[in-house]
Amino acid sequence: MGLLSKKDTKLITDPFADNNPITIQVLGICSALAITAELKASIVMSISVLFVLGVGNVVISLMRNIIPSKIRIIVQLIVVATLVIIVDLVLKAFAYELSKTLGAFIGLIITNCIIMGRFEAFALGNGPWRSFLDGIGNAVGYGVILIIVGFFRELLGAGTLLGIPVLGDPIEKTGLYAYGYENNGFMIMPPMALILVGLIIWVQRSRNKALIEEH
Amino acid sequence: MSKKTDGNVYTVVFAVGMVLVVGALLAFLASFFKSTIDENKRIEKQQNILYAMGINENGEGDVKFVSKNVVGDLFEKYITQQLVIQGDDVTPNDKAYMINIKKEQALAKEGEKRRFPLFIGKKDEKKFYIAPIRGKGLWDAIWGYIAMDENMVVQGAYFDHKVETAGLGANIKLRFFMDDFKGEHLFKEGEFVGIEVSKSNNDPKNDDKMDNEVDAIAGATITGNGVSAMIKTELRNYVPYFENLKIN
Repeated sequence: MGLLSKKDTKLITDPFADNNPITIQVLGICSALAITAELKASIVMSISVLFVLGVGNVVISLMRNIIPSKIRIIVQLIVVATLVIIVDLVLKAFAYELSKTLGAFIGLIITNCIIMGRFEAFALGNGPWRSFLDGIGNAVGYGVILIIVGFFRELLGAGTLLGIPVLGDPIEKTGLYAYGYENNGFMIMPPMALILVGLIIWVQRSRNKALIEEH
Repeated sequence: MSKKTDGNVYTVVFAVGMVLVVGALLAFLASFFKSTIDENKRIEKQQNILYAMGINENGEGDVKFVSKNVVGDLFEKYITQQLVIQGDDVTPNDKAYMINIKKEQALAKEGEKRRFPLFIGKKDEKKFYIAPIRGKGLWDAIWGYIAMDENMVVQGAYFDHKVETAGLGANIKLRFFMDDFKGEHLFKEGEFVGIEVSKSNNDPKNDDKMDNEVDAIAGATITGNGVSAMIKTELRNYVPYFENLKIN
């Protein structure tokens, strides 16, 4: 690889699988449960976190030698909040429709523990370029899980994907519904997201035995 | 080993400096973008009001407003009159659509006389009376516009929300929910009862328009109750106007 050294590549690929923020580090679970009832929301949230975590990690990394250690968590919070407010303002001014779709997520981004977690665990001790890669890697790893969960919840819970009916019409009884298939109302409730994340963790650990903890 | 960044003086100076920089930056950006954002909001209000009376670019199942470029002209063309109702006084006001319902509701709580805007639209010789409504959902505010005929039968509805749950409460702004309100009656046997968002009306296709009920959204009970409540409490205030309309 020309652009990325082997170590740098690992920063991107690790969180994608063997060090996934949701399934291994168990960070960002709250938003994984709250907003995955539909696929579109999962995608929008993933992109927002990608932006905030990528830029935030760089900012924190650049400031890492001047941040007083006693108030570093507060400083990190201010950086996330500022970034999020700036994004919100710019969207409201130039992409009003999109900002309305995002409205519900703005607050959730600030409280997303992945962001604080990566600032604290990585950006405070590494240079800007590596922090940027770490942020992107973790955000993608987070997004992949969100999108998988959102895909199944919307498909099985509402019979649609990105709002487009794919299994037929449940009221007119066409498509799959003609054969007695019903949407699973439980799928759109938050507990089902937890069960889906559990299933993903199960699949992941059965494929990679090294992830199973010894007792 | 103690670093220079551990000292109390440094910490306080850093904190003050950071607050000043961030505060100034955000204040500058907010005032810089304010006029653009306010203009977007004004356009959105016009789009919402026109949407409620059926002037939109909806496709098969999506919600699409008339475009930004034409909304001003269409608003002038179709909205023939804007009224402000305050107690028994009804006065025309071209800026009635800019009235902030949230502020009016707060005034009413303090015991002052609230202003109720009403927009009269005309399309294909048919008159629409459009009223704004506002209430509480699960997390924050929900609002909308209801278009009615002179008998207060709903002709169209538009709902919106601040931060209702995606895929659940947020679905109040989807076609399948809003379209159900068309044709629904707000009166039952001469009495104003509003429209209930019901989980047990056994009428998912909403064929029965006289039952004062529309089918609820699964998983969005509290948002749905909020919709019922804002229709009931807000539109009730317009009943005297419609009664006067019949007398004259």
